[in-house]
Amino acid sequence: MNKVIRFLPLILVLALGVVLYRGLSLNPQDMPSALVGKTMPEFSLLTLNDETRTVTNADLVGDIVLLNVWATWCPTCKYEHPYLLELANNEQLKPHVKLYGINYKDERLAAQKWLQHYEDPYHFSIFDEQGTLGLDLGVFGAPETFVMDHHGIIRKRFAGAIDTRVWRKEFEPLIKQLILEKQQGK
Amino acid sequence: MLNRVLFIVALAVSCFFMASVATASPVETFEFRDEVTKVRFQALSKELRCPKCQNQNLADSNSAIAIDLRRELYELLQQGKADSEIIDFMVSRYGEFVLYRPRVSSVTYILWFGPALLILIGVIVVIFILRKKPAAKVDLALNAKQQDKLNQLLQSDKENANQKSNNDKKDKE
Repeated sequence: MNKVIRFLPLILVLALGVVLYRGLSLNPQDMPSALVGKTMPEFSLLTLNDETRTVTNADLVGDIVLLNVWATWCPTCKYEHPYLLELANNEQLKPHVKLYGINYKDERLAAQKWLQHYEDPYHFSIFDEQGTLGLDLGVFGAPETFVMDHHGIIRKRFAGAIDTRVWRKEFEPLIKQLILEKQQGK
Repeated sequence: MLNRVLFIVALAVSCFFMASVATASPVETFEFRDEVTKVRFQALSKELRCPKCQNQNLADSNSAIAIDLRRELYELLQQGKADSEIIDFMVSRYGEFVLYRPRVSSVTYILWFGPALLILIGVIVVIFILRKKPAAKVDLALNAKQQDKLNQLLQSDKENANQKSNNDKKDKE
């Protein structure tokens, strides 16, 4: 018993070391969204490219959806853009997954120009000029990407740019699972 | 040439001023219905955390999202929403994370009760240490035999000393 007590401080210090060391590799921005497991908040907004077309949450339900929050004022979105194009043109994903954009707190003209210049990977972009939809989604910056299943339930939120590494690690397993769920008619 | 230098200086100066404007503390002004609403706004913006710059509250932060959330907070207050409704509004969007004072739930028990528990453990340990009986007193008195032995030793020691001083005297002589 006495021997155990003698080593107790050492054990405690080692345990503390393990905890702190683990803390080094955690990303504090990596927060679970409060909306995971909930349906998409209701909205009714115009699209970016067509000022007369109104879209609502009903337009996003039915497919597996990637909803990407972007803006022309966001440099990381520019970095992310080529990979989004790659995803949009991916033959394996095309039949299952649809990519939509939320143009978040941006200027319409600048955003339209951006899409013309860099190509448009989105089926459509929702024009959220005031950031109201962003607020309801708990968006705190751009880029952010939400994944919704075919019932319109938010299954994941990712803050930051998507690239090959991130896609493989964060999205691919979930998307595969969602495709399977859809095929099984869950 | 001189013109160009002047131009660059002017540019640098204006950049400096623009930068200092950009880093100034939040300055948007709100008109409140009454004094109570103002105090509630100040209190809530200190209690709510900025989701982007995670170690600042809404009142401190300059990030775009904090400005938006301050405006949202102001509008909710003007609509006459209760504090609890406003907190629910924020939590349903940004998660428990936005609360600097987390709610008591099974996840936060360790935060709320951990420190009290540690103090309690400390107190118990101290009590145990204090109440531990000191080792039984050893009888230090000598018995007769030991006393004799001691006397003998002291005696022989004295004799040795005498002898030595005698020798010393002889040496000096």
